[in-house]
Amino acid sequence: MPEALTLSNLHVYHGEICAVRGLDITCAEGAVTALLGRNGAGKSTTLSAIAGLNDARQGRIDLFGTALEGRKPEAICRLGVGLVPQGRRIFPSLTVQEHLAIAYRPPRHKAERVFDIASVETLFPRLKERRRQLAGSMSGGEQQMLAIARALVTNPRVLLLDEPAEGLAPQIVAEVAESIAALKAAGLSILLVEHNLPLALRLADTCVVLSSGEVVWRGPPQVLADDPALMAQHLGVH
Amino acid sequence: MSARVLPFAVALAAMAMVPLFSTSPFYVNLTSQVAIAAIGALGLNVLVGHAGLNSLGFAVFPGLTAYLVAWLSTVGGIDPVAAALFALGGTMMVSALFALVALRTTGLGFVMITMALCQIVWGAAYRWTSVTGGDNGLSGVPRPGGAWLPLEKPEYFLWLCLIVLALALIQLGRFFDSPLGVALRGTRDQPRRMGAVGYDVWRIRFVAWMLAAAWGAAAGLLYAWYHQFVSPHMMAVTASAEVLLMVVAGGAGTLAGPLIGAALVVLLKNLASIWIDRWVMLLGFTFVVIVLLMPDGIVPGFSRLTAWLKRLRPTPAPKLVPRERADG
Repeated sequence: MPEALTLSNLHVYHGEICAVRGLDITCAEGAVTALLGRNGAGKSTTLSAIAGLNDARQGRIDLFGTALEGRKPEAICRLGVGLVPQGRRIFPSLTVQEHLAIAYRPPRHKAERVFDIASVETLFPRLKERRRQLAGSMSGGEQQMLAIARALVTNPRVLLLDEPAEGLAPQIVAEVAESIAALKAAGLSILLVEHNLPLALRLADTCVVLSSGEVVWRGPPQVLADDPALMAQHLGVH
Repeated sequence: MSARVLPFAVALAAMAMVPLFSTSPFYVNLTSQVAIAAIGALGLNVLVGHAGLNSLGFAVFPGLTAYLVAWLSTVGGIDPVAAALFALGGTMMVSALFALVALRTTGLGFVMITMALCQIVWGAAYRWTSVTGGDNGLSGVPRPGGAWLPLEKPEYFLWLCLIVLALALIQLGRFFDSPLGVALRGTRDQPRRMGAVGYDVWRIRFVAWMLAAAWGAAAGLLYAWYHQFVSPHMMAVTASAEVLLMVVAGGAGTLAGPLIGAALVVLLKNLASIWIDRWVMLLGFTFVVIVLLMPDGIVPGFSRLTAWLKRLRPTPAPKLVPRERADG
C-alpha cells in the first residue's frame, strides 16, 4: 500500500523536555495505524506535531510526499490532515449545524470519497437530530461524534484520532467504534491513539507502541494481542 | 418584522420619539448620549463578547477619531464632513497598526497591551499641548449640516445618532450570524482547534478588531460633534472601563446587552447625580448587584429568569371525562 503519512526521525519538545525522540512511523493509505503506549509516552504530542499544534524541532513529517513540518495548523488542515483532539474540544457556544458549516471544506485533492454535512449526518444520525442544539449542552458521546464529524467535513486525507473512546459509556464506545470502522472501510487513512486496548486492536491494521517518546515495538495487532508478556512489558496490561 | 428585530425597532422608535414628548432638551440630549454610548459598547462587544478579547483600552478608537475630527475642523479649518471622513480613515489606519501589536497577545496580556496603547495616545493628547490643547482640549468643534439639516438642534442630532445606532445593530446582527461571525465565536471558544479546522485565527481576530475600531470611531465622531469639545479625559482608563462595564452589565455576546448597559450607565450617571451626591457609589452598588444576581449580564439574566418562570407555571391538569356507568 502507498504511504499516506511518514514521520522520519521526529523530535518534539515541550519547552526543554524532549517528549518525542527520533520517531519513525509510516501510515499506509487506507489503513488504521494505532499508536499505543502508557501515559506520557508521547502519543498525543505526536498527533499535535503532525497537526502543527506543537513544533517539531527535528525530523520530517510527510503527507503523501508533501512536507508538513514548519507549517501553520490551518495550512496543514488545508493540505488534508484532520485532527479529532483528546477531550473533544468542541466549540460550546456553537450549534451542531454551525460547527459543520464553518468546518466544511471541499476536497482539494482527487478524493474517492467526499464528506459533506449530509454524509456525516448519515454516519452520525444523532447529529442530524441535534442540528440546532448548542454543542456545549450535548452529552459526551454526542460531542465526540461531533468532533469526528467536524474533522471529517474538512475532507482530510489522513484522520488523526486522539482517544475517541475516552470517558464514554460502553454503548457509546461501540457506536463510535462502528463509525471508525465505517471510515476505515471507506478507505480513509487513520492514525489512532487509544487507551482502550481491545478497541484499538480491533480497528488497527498496524500497531506502534511508544515508550518515553520512542518506538519500542511495531507489528500487526494480532501478534500484540497474542503476546501477554509483550503487552505487560510495554503497556502495563496483565 | 421578525420577533428578533421587533424589540430593537420599538426601542429605537421610543428613543426617536423622546423630542415629541419632552419639553426640555435635557432628555433629548440624554437620549443622544445613550445612543452614542451604545454604539461604542456595541463595538467593544465584538471584542469582548464574540472574540473573547477583553480590552481595557477601547477608548483609544473613539478618542483618536474625536481628536482628529476636532483638530481638522477647528485648527485645520476643513469642512466637518470631510474632516469626519479623514478622521475615520486615520483612525482605521492607526487601529490596523495597533492590531499588529495587540493581537500578538491574548488574556491578561491583551488587557495590559490595549490599556498601554490607549495610555500612549492619552499621554500624547495630554502632553502635546501645541497640537491637542493639553488638558484644556480642543473646543468649538463644528457640527455638519446647515439649513437643510439643522444638526445644531438637539432633536435632529438625536435622530442622526439613532440612524447610526440602527446601522450598527443591523451590521453587527448580520455579522454575528454570518459564517465569519460564527468562526469568530469559534476562536473565542477554542482558538487552537479553529486553526486545526483550517482557520487563520489571527486574521479572524484582525477583522473583529477592525470592526470594533470602526464602531468605536463612529461613536467618537458623534461624541465630538455632540460635546463640540474633546479632552484627554475621553481616553482615560476610566473611560475604557466604563464602556467595558456597559458591555458586561448588559450581557457580553448579546446584541441587546450593550444597548441596555449603555442606557443603564448613562442614565445612572446623569440622573442619579442630580439627586445623589455620591452617585458613583450607587453606580458601583448597582454593578455589584448585577454581578451577584446575573453574572452573565442583564439580558442573559432575564432570559434565564423568563425560562425559570415558564417552568414554574403549572401545567394545566388533563380534563377528566366521567366514564359512563355500566349500570346507568
